[in-house]
Order: sequence, then C-alpha cells, then structure tokens
Amino acid sequence: MMLPPVTKKATGWKLFWLTAFGRAYPRLVGQQREKSWLFFDVFFPMISVASYVFVYRAIQAPEDYIGFVVVGGAMTAFWMNVLWSMSSQLYWEKQTGNLALYIVSPAPMSAILMGMSLGGLAATTIRAVSVILLGSLIFQVSYTVVSFWMLLAIFLVCMVALYGMGMMTSSLFLLFNREAWHIANLAQEPIFLVSGFYFPVKSLNFWVAVGASIIPLTLGLDAMRQLVFSTGASLGFLNVRLELYILIGLAVVFLTAARYLLAYIEKLAVREGRLTEGRR
Amino acid sequence: MENINSIRKNYRSFSTAAWLGWKIESNWTDPFLFAIYSIVKPLSSAGILVIMYSIIAQSDFTSPIFAYLYLGNAFYQYVGAVMSGLAWAIIDDREHYRTLKYIYVSPISVPYYLLGRGVARFITTTFAVVVTIAFGVIFLKIPLDFGEANWGLFILTLLIGIVMLATLGMMLAGIAMNIARHSDMIGDAVAGALFLFSGAIFPLSILPASIRWLGYVVPVSYWLELMRRSMIGSVAEAFPTFSSLTNTHLLLILVGLTLVFGIASAVIFGKLDHRARERGLIDQATNY
Repeated sequence: MMLPPVTKKATGWKLFWLTAFGRAYPRLVGQQREKSWLFFDVFFPMISVASYVFVYRAIQAPEDYIGFVVVGGAMTAFWMNVLWSMSSQLYWEKQTGNLALYIVSPAPMSAILMGMSLGGLAATTIRAVSVILLGSLIFQVSYTVVSFWMLLAIFLVCMVALYGMGMMTSSLFLLFNREAWHIANLAQEPIFLVSGFYFPVKSLNFWVAVGASIIPLTLGLDAMRQLVFSTGASLGFLNVRLELYILIGLAVVFLTAARYLLAYIEKLAVREGRLTEGRR
Repeated sequence: MENINSIRKNYRSFSTAAWLGWKIESNWTDPFLFAIYSIVKPLSSAGILVIMYSIIAQSDFTSPIFAYLYLGNAFYQYVGAVMSGLAWAIIDDREHYRTLKYIYVSPISVPYYLLGRGVARFITTTFAVVVTIAFGVIFLKIPLDFGEANWGLFILTLLIGIVMLATLGMMLAGIAMNIARHSDMIGDAVAGALFLFSGAIFPLSILPASIRWLGYVVPVSYWLELMRRSMIGSVAEAFPTFSSLTNTHLLLILVGLTLVFGIASAVIFGKLDHRARERGLIDQATNY
C-alpha cells in the first residue's frame, strides 16, 4: 500500500523542534512503559549509595556525609545517562542501522541530539528523584535548604552544561568502533572519583578539583551540597555564585562546540565511510 | 576410552574459549592502552574509598578498618569479573557476535566453553588486583608483610573462590539465555547486591540486623574473610563478624557452600540450557 504524499513539509525551526520532539518521545513515553528499567535505574545507584553509606557509618563519619553520598549517588544517574545514552548513543545507532537513516533524512542531527537530551533529562530526573527520596528515607538524611531558587538555577544550568557536553562527545563516539564500549566504561569510576560523587571535591588536591571542573557535575554537585546541607558551605570547593557563572560558561562552550564538532565529524565520518560500518 | 575423549573435548573447549575470550577482551586496542585501561578503573574505585576514609580518619591508614575495606574492595573485583563474565559471554556470543548457535552445533562442551570464556577476565582481574594491592602497600602503607602472609591459605581460598564464582556465573549464564530483557544487567545486579550484603567494604555488623543474615548465607562473605585473613590475619580477625570462627571453620563453610552452589548450578544450568534449546532461544537476537 502506498502512503499518501506529504503535502505539508516542516522546515526551519519547525522541523528542528518536530525532530527534537520525535527523538525525545521514546525516552519520555516509551521508557516509562518499561517499568523494569525504572527498577534497574534506581536499583544500581541505590546499591552504591547503600555501600558507601555503610562505609561512612563504619568509620563513624558525621551524618551530613551520608547525605553527600545520597545526593552524589542520585547524580550518578545523570552521568550514566549522558555517558551511555548521549555520548555513545550515535555508536549504538550505527550498530543498529538507525544512524544512516538519520543522516539521509532532512532532520537536522543537532535536533536529534537535542531530543535525546531533553528526553533523557526528563526520564533521568524521575530516577534521580527516586534515589534521593528512597535514600533520604532509608538513611534518614536531613536537609537544610539555603536558597531554593539558587538550587534550581544551579541544577538547571548544570544539566544544560552536562547534556551539552554529552552532545559534544557524541560526535566523537561516531568515529569509534569496538573501543566505544570500553571508553564509556572507563569514564565511570575515574569520573566518580575526580568529580567527588561520594565526598566533597574540596578534599582532592586543588588542581585536580580545578581539572575535574570541566565536568559540569563536579561544580554542580558541589554547589548543590553547599545549598542543601548545614555543613555544606564549609566543605564547598568554590563560592556558589562563582560556580554558577562557571557552569554558565561551560554550557555555552559545550553547546557551541557540539554544533561545530558534530558538523565536522559528520563530514569526516561520511568521507571515511564510517557511518554504516559495523566492526565488532 | 570414552572418558578420556570426554576429558579431551572438555579441555579443548575450555582452552579454545579461554584464548578467544582473551582476544575479545584485549585486542580492541594496543597492549599499552589496554594495560592503562585495566589499571585505571580498579585504582579509581579504590581511590574513592581511600579519599572517603582519609577525610574522616585524617589519613590514618594504619587502622584495621582501612586494611579491611581496601583488601575487600581489591579482592571483590574477582566477583564482578568472573561471575558476570560468564553470563556476559552468552550475551556477547548470542546478541553481539551472533555466534552462539554455531558454538552449540560444534563438537564442544558448552559449560566448559563458558568457563573458558571466564578465564580472560580472571587474568585481567588478577593484574588489577595485584596493582591495587601493590598501590596500597607502597603508597598507603597497608600493613601487609609478604613474609608473614599465609600463602597456602591464600592460594587454596583463591582457587575455591574461583570455582564458587564460576558456579554462580553458570547459573546466571543459564538465566541470561532464557530472558529477553535485562540479560545484560543480571550479572551486574547480582554482583552489586553481593557487594552490599557480603560486607566487602565494611564489616557485616554495620548492616541492619534485618538484612544482615543475607551476608551469612552467601559464600562470598566467607571467601572475602579468608582472603583477608590469609593476607593480614590479625587485622581481619579484629572485627566481630567472623571472629568466633577459625580459618578451618571458614574454609569448611566455604567448601560446603561451594558444593551446594556447584550442584545447584549444574542442575539449574542443565535445565535452563534444555529450556533454551527447546524454545529456540539459542539464536535469539533481542536487540534489547
């Protein structure tokens, strides 16, 4: 059966946003239909959270550190999402044959990445909130929110910068083959270490913490801890306002770089015939 | 004669799978980068614990609790690698390389093939464990005296532990063959749960009483305790969890649980393998 001819064609911004919505849809709706994913996405961070909480309890750490672990554990959901469902997504799309379809369609690649980001961000927020609620309930974490609006601003800017970073690195993964899985795998524990997911990043060497600040979650997490825990400010790495400005800078840099890098790498991948290869 | 042929077939399946597993694990990059990759992950994982501990304990690395958690974390790497490795071999061969059906129709022993696939991970993990412990001894002054270590107990415990982990892995491999969803996660999920309940990085007495019993029924808890004791006997014995049990007691419990899990694994894998063949799941590609 022939499909009816397309009479109304979306172009420009309308095409961009329709594409973004189309790519976000499976993550916003489809992902929620598979309830078992929600279980695993909450279960894995909770296991780490519980283990590290018991370590802190074993060494008789102050109670705020339990809260640091719960918040850090919840934020791992965003890092894992950016790593496995943003950065390495184009590699998976290549493996399943979707990437070539994206390229030959009139939909802009940047809109596809934007859709992945928005859908991933929304779905991951549900998981992160679940981890915080469960962790806070089980381990009886108490919060002292200094400024709700600042907290919201830090979280939003941090997410824009983080997903911008994901969009930027996804183009690099376009060039990877078998090493893609290993590289994504390698970017877990080392990042959890240098970004201070389970302890204040201030505890690291100053220059290590400065270097780790290239990852938006480092400063985002540090600022959020300063804003929600009574001892947070004394254990903070930089002033919250300064961290917000740096995160805004990172967001601008990553989003701009993503736009140019994606166009460049896409051309390179087309030229080298890497868009349809499936080396295992 | 038939027995000798069977042994030969099992050995051939095991050794070929070990060689194949090594190639898959290591040849995606050059040896130097592979070595870096193998070191960075475990050291980072240990680094998280070191920093957490040093903040609270003001870097007093001589405390027994530090040696307890550091060694537990180092040896626990075997659990994730060997146990999940076997289950992962099913996913890799069936979904990724699409070769599981050819392996099944070839004249090999599938259980021995799967065990062989776990060998590569055992080798790379041994490298990571050695590097992690060496780092702890050299830079963090963990009180490990190689002359004082009970090497006999260490080797015996390690061997029993590998058998025990392989039997757990076989069960997971059977399950992975029969499920369409989350087969890639079951290894990590079980390893994660065991990490929490076996008291790998904290004494079991820290766990709430309502869930502590789980730590006493999993063989990994006894295995880790023996591994620690073989390295630094006095330090591991300082914690109340297993202090009433001697090394012989622990060894007997470990052997007993390994036998129980070994028999259960043989039965469960046999049934699940049969079910997978019957339902045409051997060449299933879920793309999940």
